[in-house]
Amino acid sequence: MEKSKREFLKVSGLFALGLGALPLAKGIAAGSKPQVMPHPEALKGKQWAMVVDMKKCWEKGKEGCKDCLDACHKVHNVPTIEDPEEEIKWIWTEHYENTFPGLGNPYTNEKLKGKPFIVLCNHCSNPPCVRVCPTQATFKRADGVTMMDYHRCIGCRFCMAGCPYGARSFNFREPREYIKDLNYKYPGRERGVVEKCSFCDERLAVGQLPACVEACKVGALVFGDQTDPKSPVRKLLDTNFTIRRKTELGTEPNVYYII
Amino acid sequence: MKIYNGKYILAGLGIFIVLVTVPIWYNMGKAAPAPKPSIDTPVINQMKEKQCVLPKDEMITGHMQLLNDWRTEVVRNNKRLYVAPDGKQYLMSLQNECMKCHSNKSQFCDVCHNYAGLPTEQGIPYCWTCHVAPKEAK
Repeated sequence: MEKSKREFLKVSGLFALGLGALPLAKGIAAGSKPQVMPHPEALKGKQWAMVVDMKKCWEKGKEGCKDCLDACHKVHNVPTIEDPEEEIKWIWTEHYENTFPGLGNPYTNEKLKGKPFIVLCNHCSNPPCVRVCPTQATFKRADGVTMMDYHRCIGCRFCMAGCPYGARSFNFREPREYIKDLNYKYPGRERGVVEKCSFCDERLAVGQLPACVEACKVGALVFGDQTDPKSPVRKLLDTNFTIRRKTELGTEPNVYYII
Repeated sequence: MKIYNGKYILAGLGIFIVLVTVPIWYNMGKAAPAPKPSIDTPVINQMKEKQCVLPKDEMITGHMQLLNDWRTEVVRNNKRLYVAPDGKQYLMSLQNECMKCHSNKSQFCDVCHNYAGLPTEQGIPYCWTCHVAPKEAK
């Protein structure tokens, strides 16, 4: 069988064309690719912030009320460990002199002494914990939440050393044993990782306010986007004198206090 | 050809081969049967079309990759919805989506992981050291 050069080139050209069209055919066969998108009801913000109205908390709230703390620790499977060296806390109470060190004076208002201040992660705009984390397990998200990716945490505890607010806790022991009733909708943590408040990112993502804000019956906790002039946070900031914790350190905390 | 001390050497070699292959003889015919992960759960039984997020074959070979990608999208990019190639939407959540249908961890996850030699009782693969598996009727 003899073929002319011309014939041969024609056939090879045909084959080359077929090969060239292969990716296209593959693409059609594979159909559309899966996609990911934010939840349609997700709350949107550029920098979430919280205003803690301690006045309201003390005046209107019941003495010893722990609704916000309990709500948070319940939803997020935070273990109750009594030993202060090993305790895990996302939101907790602190005395005035520890909340605002340096702001006290020898004759600080007696009213403030012994009063519980609600403290939590400040979701700083310039978070030292994020800077020191060697694995980027903690990072700043676009909406201003200082997030933790527990999968990546190696338990080095640099972030705990970096955080001036003590907002991070290390799991010295298996936390599951210290949780009375598990929330099956939210994961727990394991021994050897650091954990902290996440501004309820899982609730913001489906259009809900943080659990502590929702739990407070007197409305002492107010949450919103501080870059939005119409947000409830900005309204409070505009009409009240507010202070933040340890601003001199330059971390730009985003939790404000009305005292 | 003559092997010096041939008797002993050949006998020794024979014993050596038997000893080395003992595990093979010992386990002959005792191969663990391939696992059959059960999809017999209330939610799956009610489904008309038993279809996971992706086709079964892709899920078998790629569920770990999928879960890893979901984690990254949810935790880092704050994207929680997954639109499968067939257009269905899923919440990207192991506890709230995967386990909603596959509520039988011990019959679904563990059977394969055990077969593959993963010490599931130690929580490996590291899913359930943190994530909470649904309660199962025993």
